[in-house]
Amino acid sequence: MADLNQNLALLKAACENPKARLDYYLSQGKKVIGCFPPYTPEELVHASGMVPMGLWGGHAELKLVKSYLPAFACPIMQSNMELALNGAYEGLSAVIIPAMCDTLRCMTQNWRFGVTSIPMIPIVYPQNRTSPASVDYLISEYETVLTMLSTITGNMMNEKALCESIDVYNEHHALMREFDRLANDHLDVIDPKVRHAVHKSAFFYEKSEHNAILREIVEELKKLPIHRWAGKKVVLAGITCEPDELLDIFAENRIAVVADDLAQESRQYRTDTPAKGGGGLKRLALQWNDRYGCSMIHELGKPRGEMLVKLCRENGAQGVISCMMKFCDPEEYDQPYYEADLRKADYPYVAIDIDQQNASYEQIRTRVETFCEML
Amino acid sequence: MRESITNTTTQAEAAPAAAPAPKPKRPKPKSMIMLGEQTNALFENARLAKERGEKVGWSASIFPQEIAETLGLNILYPENHSAGIAARHQADPFLQECEGSLGYSNDLCAYAKVNLAYASVLNGESEVELPDGGKMVKPDFLLLTNNICNQLTKWYENLARQMNIPIFFIDTCYNPFDYVTETRVRYVRAQIDQLIQDLCAFTGKTWDEERFKEVMKISQRNSYLWERANNLMDHKPAPIGGFELFNYMSAMVCNRGKTSSTAVLEQLNAEIEENIKKGTSTFPVEEQYRISWDGIACWPYLSHNLRTLKKYGINMVASSYGKAWAIEYEDLDGMARAYCFASTNGDNATTMISRRMEALKKFDCEGTIYHVNRSCKVMDCQMMEVQRQLSRQAGVPFTSFDGDQADYRNYSEAQFETRIQGLVEVMQQNKEAKNNG
Repeated sequence: MADLNQNLALLKAACENPKARLDYYLSQGKKVIGCFPPYTPEELVHASGMVPMGLWGGHAELKLVKSYLPAFACPIMQSNMELALNGAYEGLSAVIIPAMCDTLRCMTQNWRFGVTSIPMIPIVYPQNRTSPASVDYLISEYETVLTMLSTITGNMMNEKALCESIDVYNEHHALMREFDRLANDHLDVIDPKVRHAVHKSAFFYEKSEHNAILREIVEELKKLPIHRWAGKKVVLAGITCEPDELLDIFAENRIAVVADDLAQESRQYRTDTPAKGGGGLKRLALQWNDRYGCSMIHELGKPRGEMLVKLCRENGAQGVISCMMKFCDPEEYDQPYYEADLRKADYPYVAIDIDQQNASYEQIRTRVETFCEML
Repeated sequence: MRESITNTTTQAEAAPAAAPAPKPKRPKPKSMIMLGEQTNALFENARLAKERGEKVGWSASIFPQEIAETLGLNILYPENHSAGIAARHQADPFLQECEGSLGYSNDLCAYAKVNLAYASVLNGESEVELPDGGKMVKPDFLLLTNNICNQLTKWYENLARQMNIPIFFIDTCYNPFDYVTETRVRYVRAQIDQLIQDLCAFTGKTWDEERFKEVMKISQRNSYLWERANNLMDHKPAPIGGFELFNYMSAMVCNRGKTSSTAVLEQLNAEIEENIKKGTSTFPVEEQYRISWDGIACWPYLSHNLRTLKKYGINMVASSYGKAWAIEYEDLDGMARAYCFASTNGDNATTMISRRMEALKKFDCEGTIYHVNRSCKVMDCQMMEVQRQLSRQAGVPFTSFDGDQADYRNYSEAQFETRIQGLVEVMQQNKEAKNNG
């Protein structure tokens, strides 16, 4: 059993070099499927005996992508496309792209024609989740994904494998939630960068392996004495909050992250796949219907403000940092409402622009410092 | 009356050097007068319905309007309304309000921004003066589809919360494959069945199957007439200026299920046929080049676009956009399928390319002008690849320009002029090569 620091270092290393993780799985004779954000049905990949690996962009000099996307497209998609076009994703057997927003719709086609060496598997989730017919529709989408996956393996997944994969993923959700809870008692060790690495590294591990590491981390954290954090505590909202240079600014200002509503982090883990309700595919479709508080899933009443207020209360946060992914229209529509709700509940917030291609963080540093004083 | 371009050495020089003397305006054709009356009636009827205490709705532009029409509901169309405000150069205070007090990002769709600010005024939360006196009356419910884009879903979520009103939603799902899958058809059909029940319950109206059949018939007739008017542009020279067809879109967007649209479109067809018979055209100069226009009109600069194109004798004879409202089907399943497939924004690149290829051939286009509409990511984020393939397959050059469907700040007259000049040079070379065998 590795100690806490060793395990945290392992996860950090995975985030710093995802390519090494890809090469590792390939060297083990595994097939790896690239999973575009958000909500790719990883369980289907896992149950098909392959390793799902998240594709959330990264720093890249944008050149080739300029033939596919305008400058005002999502930075994650810009970066994914650039990396794909320059061969960084070679080795993947396919990618799955969920058409969750207008840019992602287009990405299915850009990939299809631009990255012909890696097959593209699309999935379109239903948005009218109050319609009972949405469940059957989503099951058929899953079946299409499975059929396309089977052309890679030559085998069809079976029900037993799917139920086991769902169990692995539900356990992963539970462990991630437990890690987040425990982390708040140890904010001296689990600083914003470490917390982010634990979350993000999940995209680069087969989930039962990530579960094993998480179990050890959780056990080690339980043994540590509770630390009384003297700095500020915040909740993060948005799609992602990276890279590390950005998280360093929080640490410099003694700001700890005690909860998040990030699509790359906790949004994935809020909702388990129900234990009952039908076969594996139906249960996964029911999980989709239970998901909430996400800008990319249609819901009435703009509930995110209330949800963020609740997260602040439950975790003792003094305010919210709204991490606005540049050019992310679903988030931009939610922002005025959740900010108004936070204002009403007397929780201060600050919005910072998230762009993986940023070269300078000085403006954000100033904003965060000012915000810190407000807290 | 048509004017011809003096034939000098280059097309660029052919452009008039100084502003010509103002010409007397061409009298409005009867179809346009009828269209104006129809538009006035749409808003007036909604106002009267509101006064009577009836529920009035706002709708996404490619929603299955047949349902609301059958129930006799008064429906208004925010996209169309925002376009009108933008075309009349009245968008600025709304854009400022939306990005200012309301706190929305500049990045969002300008139709949405204008409408959210307008709605905020109706809701008593903003104080922008309404240039039309508030004819877009406050809605009691919303009719939403996402076949055009996902931004509509978010925009309507916000309207619903802002005004505390319900949404009736038909989720059409993007088509990543070359056809509408049967599971999509069943999902959409189930939603239509549910919509009928829910709308009846909400509005207190009763469903009348016979009336529904009649409305479907009218809608089909209108789709046919609209398609026909567009198709008549295949004559050489084209019988009207293609931009004029943009004006008639409200007959299809807002009044697709009404006999008043049948009358407008029959009249329009008759006027076009009359031009064909006489060998005349409403396009004010000699048609030198026939092009296809890709994307929504750049409403704030429509007249600049037209002026520039006219300088070179470029007529827009095909548009990827207007025909999205020619929705054809025979039964309810067909209707579900048709609404999934109506807008090419909801279709994959293969479908987009094949529809455009068909148009380029049918209308014998010599080039494509692609509007990089800053408001519309769903168009812009795959159009580079589509245009590349299309140009290669069709052997037709294209140019693009930066603009916006409603935000006047995202356009440069100089850029548009330069791009068109560049396109003309290539089209001219192609023409000469063709003429020289």
